Amino acid sequence: MRPNLAQNIKKTVVLKSSVSMNQFQTLLINVADWWLFLLRFFKELFHLPFEFNEFVRQGYKIGNKSLGLVTITGFIMGLVLTIQSKPTLADFGAESWLPGMVAISIVREIGPVITALICAGKVGSGIGAELGSMRVTEQIDAMEVSGTHPFRFLVVTRMLATSIIVPILVFYSDFVGILGSYVGANIDGDVTLQLFLMQATSSLEFSDLIPATIKSVFFGLVIGLAGCYKGYNANKGTESVGVAANEAVVAASLLVFLVDLIAVQFTNIIL
Amino acid sequence: MSVEEKVLVLENLGKSFGSNKVLNGVSIDLVKGENLVILGKSGSGKSVLIKCIVKLIDNDEGTINVFGTSLDEVSPADLNKMRARIGFLFQGGALYDSMSVRENLEFPLVRHHRDLDQDAIDDKVSTALDNVGLLDAADKLPAELSGGMRKRIGLARTLILNPEIMLYDEPTTGLDPVTSNEISELILEMQKKYQTSSIIITHDMNCAKLTSNRIAMIRDGKIYETGTFEELKSKEDPWIQSFFI
Repeated sequence: MRPNLAQNIKKTVVLKSSVSMNQFQTLLINVADWWLFLLRFFKELFHLPFEFNEFVRQGYKIGNKSLGLVTITGFIMGLVLTIQSKPTLADFGAESWLPGMVAISIVREIGPVITALICAGKVGSGIGAELGSMRVTEQIDAMEVSGTHPFRFLVVTRMLATSIIVPILVFYSDFVGILGSYVGANIDGDVTLQLFLMQATSSLEFSDLIPATIKSVFFGLVIGLAGCYKGYNANKGTESVGVAANEAVVAASLLVFLVDLIAVQFTNIIL
Repeated sequence: MSVEEKVLVLENLGKSFGSNKVLNGVSIDLVKGENLVILGKSGSGKSVLIKCIVKLIDNDEGTINVFGTSLDEVSPADLNKMRARIGFLFQGGALYDSMSVRENLEFPLVRHHRDLDQDAIDDKVSTALDNVGLLDAADKLPAELSGGMRKRIGLARTLILNPEIMLYDEPTTGLDPVTSNEISELILEMQKKYQTSSIIITHDMNCAKLTSNRIAMIRDGKIYETGTFEELKSKEDPWIQSFFI
């Protein structure tokens, strides 16, 4: 029995190591494929003629689609942050720091990340489903065989639109968040909007705004990348549309956190 | 038949998906002005064959010569120019569902002929729609069209670039017999009007009878037999006969 047991263990170890090796290989291939897709985006971005009308249409669609949700979440974010922080600051007699603290928290971190996650869910899944559906119904193939550069028309325009619109939505969300904070501060207090905004903005510096803006551009880029990559490379079959949308959200959310982590490290080194 | 008359030459074409060898040395020519029907059972590699011709799928073995040029030797830019000379009608029409019928037709046209003004574009779109009898559908969305109408619009979108070769992937599948006949007649009409050479993938024998100058039968990834509809019908081979019952 002993040799058999040893053989079984050996077989299991070999099998498990070969499985993990295959998984590792698959992971490497996937990472390489994502990189190639991103590089192709940058390569095709500078190819003329640029699909300007489609870019504007996508930009409008992305902004319009997310505006409502960004408004609600941005407002609640500022309101809740203020309501939660106010008693603690009051205990230390530092209530006057509230506008500045909330503004820095929102502009530096909470605003960009929450807005990016909203867009990852709303926009990433939309792009993944739309392109996935186009792949399944052979619309992308039809563009390909008519020699009309589907990558340029479908992917470049969407990725560029998310890269530009997400930072704009972040600015908007920051502003709405500070307004929410003002409402929170006035629930059991009395501060004028002018004073609140003055205190909030005076505590902000360019070193808060610039990294957050650059980070937001990358958030937009990875949201577009995830949606386009998953949709454009969807398999045949109707099930693939749902899979593409789902995987686009998961990948976009993970990439947002990854970019955030890298951005924080980078900002700490630079500033 | 001189070499110059051949617009498409396939030699020993092979394609495998994993261990499944779908095409196993397909060799066939398409002569200028000819309608070649490819018949075969489902899964015999008919669609893969025409997708290899436009490089939607890369062949593993063999060569594809289009208008005397090997597709293995052309650059991506030249391949796109070549593709504009080859029309492909997909099984479901593959209309861009976010665009109206007019925008569907304009899409390839404006990207290949950037010098055209709006009047010329409108003129070409109207002519193409008129050819398929759907001038009134210009402002409709694909979702508002029936299966037959989608195929007609798909055909109009393909023909708007005046392709020299047309590839039809099961043009009558999923249609009722009357609409199938209409599509088959439309294929013939367009061939005469635009002087195209066509490969028609089908297992609709009525479509094959109506449209074919020559039929190639595909079996086990190879061309099993070629001939006219009547020649093949008179063969005693049970496998060939099974298509004509």
